[in-house]
Amino acid sequence: MSNISLTIDRQRVEVERGTTLLQAAEKLGIHIPTLCYLKDINEVGACRVCVVEVKGARVLQAACVTPAAEGMEVSTNSPRVLKARRHTLELILSDHPMECLTCIRNQNCELQSVAEAVGLREVRYQGKTTSYGEDTSTPSIVRNPAKCVLCRRCISVCQKVQGVSAIQAQERGFDTVVAPAFHLPLGEVACVLCGQCSLVCPTGAIHEVNQVDEVWAALADPARHVVVQTAPATRVSVGEEFGLPPGSIVTGKMVAALRRLGFDRVFDTDFTADLTIMEEGHELIRRVKEGGPLPLFTSCSPGWIKFIEHFYPGLLPHLSTCKSPQQMFGALAKTYYAEKAGIDPASIYVVSIMPCTAKKFEAARPEMSSSGYRDVDAVLTTRELGRMLREAGIDFNVLPEEDYDAPLGISTGAAAIFGATGGVMEAALRTAYEVITGRPLADINITPVRGLDGIKEASVPLNGLTLKAAVSHGLGNARKLMDLAVEGKADYHFIEIMCCPGGCIGGGGQPIPTDIGIRRRRLEAIYGVDERMALRKSHENPAVTALYQEFLGEPLGHRSHELLHTHYIARESVPRKEGAGK
Amino acid sequence: MTHPACCEAAPPGLSGDQQAALDDVIEKYRNRPGALISALHEAQEAVGYLPREVQVRVAEGLGVPPSEVFGVVTFYALFSTKPKGRFKISLCKGTACYVRGAPRVLERLERELGIEAGDTTGDGLFSLDVVRCLGACGLGPVITVNEDVHARLKPNRVRSLLEAYRRAGHEDRRGRG
Repeated sequence: MSNISLTIDRQRVEVERGTTLLQAAEKLGIHIPTLCYLKDINEVGACRVCVVEVKGARVLQAACVTPAAEGMEVSTNSPRVLKARRHTLELILSDHPMECLTCIRNQNCELQSVAEAVGLREVRYQGKTTSYGEDTSTPSIVRNPAKCVLCRRCISVCQKVQGVSAIQAQERGFDTVVAPAFHLPLGEVACVLCGQCSLVCPTGAIHEVNQVDEVWAALADPARHVVVQTAPATRVSVGEEFGLPPGSIVTGKMVAALRRLGFDRVFDTDFTADLTIMEEGHELIRRVKEGGPLPLFTSCSPGWIKFIEHFYPGLLPHLSTCKSPQQMFGALAKTYYAEKAGIDPASIYVVSIMPCTAKKFEAARPEMSSSGYRDVDAVLTTRELGRMLREAGIDFNVLPEEDYDAPLGISTGAAAIFGATGGVMEAALRTAYEVITGRPLADINITPVRGLDGIKEASVPLNGLTLKAAVSHGLGNARKLMDLAVEGKADYHFIEIMCCPGGCIGGGGQPIPTDIGIRRRRLEAIYGVDERMALRKSHENPAVTALYQEFLGEPLGHRSHELLHTHYIARESVPRKEGAGK
Repeated sequence: MTHPACCEAAPPGLSGDQQAALDDVIEKYRNRPGALISALHEAQEAVGYLPREVQVRVAEGLGVPPSEVFGVVTFYALFSTKPKGRFKISLCKGTACYVRGAPRVLERLERELGIEAGDTTGDGLFSLDVVRCLGACGLGPVITVNEDVHARLKPNRVRSLLEAYRRAGHEDRRGRG
């Protein structure tokens, strides 16, 4: 690869051919402000915030898309550049609602940061504003076109990473709006509610449905017994809401924080993650013995579930009937736990802390109430938990480390890694190997299924049968496996699919920003959690064993079937005729 | 302007001929997402406009997400999501026609027809669109009705002009019985 030499702000720099001016400047420690740019995903030069002056060029160039060339002389801070950036931002802000103080992204907004970075002190234009209204049609995601700067990051991530394309730029000129087909509300099209768009939105134009006040109300109600469960991935991310570096393991602090908020019991979704391995593992064994349908697909990730329901309904029989750990927890909290603790299930209110926006949709699915009560009453994303703790004035960083309550807070390392792509598979293989062969696994770290490759494979010899497994994350990768399955070429017994890139540690409800570097650090942390656990195999969880002895009987037994398993629905991609929606 | 392209009443279903022509277009471009604009163009020729059900069929046939099809349809002025009238009126609002009084002609057309630019009359007889430069700047203000060109149009001539087409339209209908 040949190198190029150029000067930026009178400093000479050597870069590889193909490097953009933005990257070259970064190398010199010069930070050019950006707004629409999202590395590897949205590099379109649309917003013009990153313009620089290139000697000899007639007009200013967008640094994010202009390749460095030999001998180039670039200025990133000439008066012309600084004036153009401010002017561009003034135009972007001319139709932006100036309600920063009450915006959900207050103090974590890239538009705010860019305005600060370019030194904007006044907006001289007061233009027409959009008349597209807020879209509150889903339980997970809110779209507010009034705050949209048309950067198109959400479109790119939905299309390129997730392969869903629920939203696109519609109309033209000032009427341009990022919206689903036919201006339908999100709730009526094939949006999987993964929330990846909300992670990359630079403003408050796409955000999670905020349920913090519902939870405050439940906590304040003396007639309610409010229990909380925390998803595996939240313990390695919520610290970022309080300025801790990505990858900080804050399990004990999170438990302490939740107790201080007033939850009556602090439990762990990891408990039902272990339970999922028992149920799903037996489902796999049964399908292998009874001839399918194989491959079996995992069912923990609600964005993935909605994806297959919309796009591959013909493959639904392959999906495990296991509810996700979140829903299994809710069902058991209102039956097993209620019975054990002598509490009226009608008074129990279950809150989940999830890295996920789709979990809000999952909790609201009408079939998720087989105990006679809604399994999960409210779902807070990691971001909402951060907000709630700030509202409560809890100084997260000085909290002591506390332990979860028993019994629904007891778990193993196998459950913790559910938060990482490949984790469910690894946990399942740890248990399947030992249960089927009766021998301990020599090395329980099953590394072929770890890491950020889009599709990973592993095979494990099990008493004469070689179990073939595949793992994917990000729905664009899931699509590749599904297309193979449609053709009958998916030669696997078991496929783990996680909707979000990196798995739940990269979920759409996680702290902003979430990028590839941050995902890596959260992944390392979650395997760190696993390694620190005394028990690292789901079938060794004593609380799960007790649950079967005292309440469920056996995996796939009658009670399990009733409380822990579910069914799915084929969904259309878009209503075909006008007036056919709703 | 809210939801500009989706609010019309449900369109009548496609006729057998239209279905067949649409099927041909979709077969021709099946699984060729790159051919979206050509396919939409031909689908519009086959059906007359691009109602939602046609867009969804094109989306499925070519393997393009419906959101993207709708994005293209609403971006290009040549695509219409509303049925066009028996008489398609195009009013030029290019610079020359504009300064020669096109806005007043438009105002009169809208009043006489009882519709706004971009719409079609309830009886399906007229549709009205604003276009940029028809290439007859010396004759402004200009409108075209289907293939007919009407030059140096004054607002006070609009009513009689429409009347003539209305009569032709009615005779047409009687003639077809």
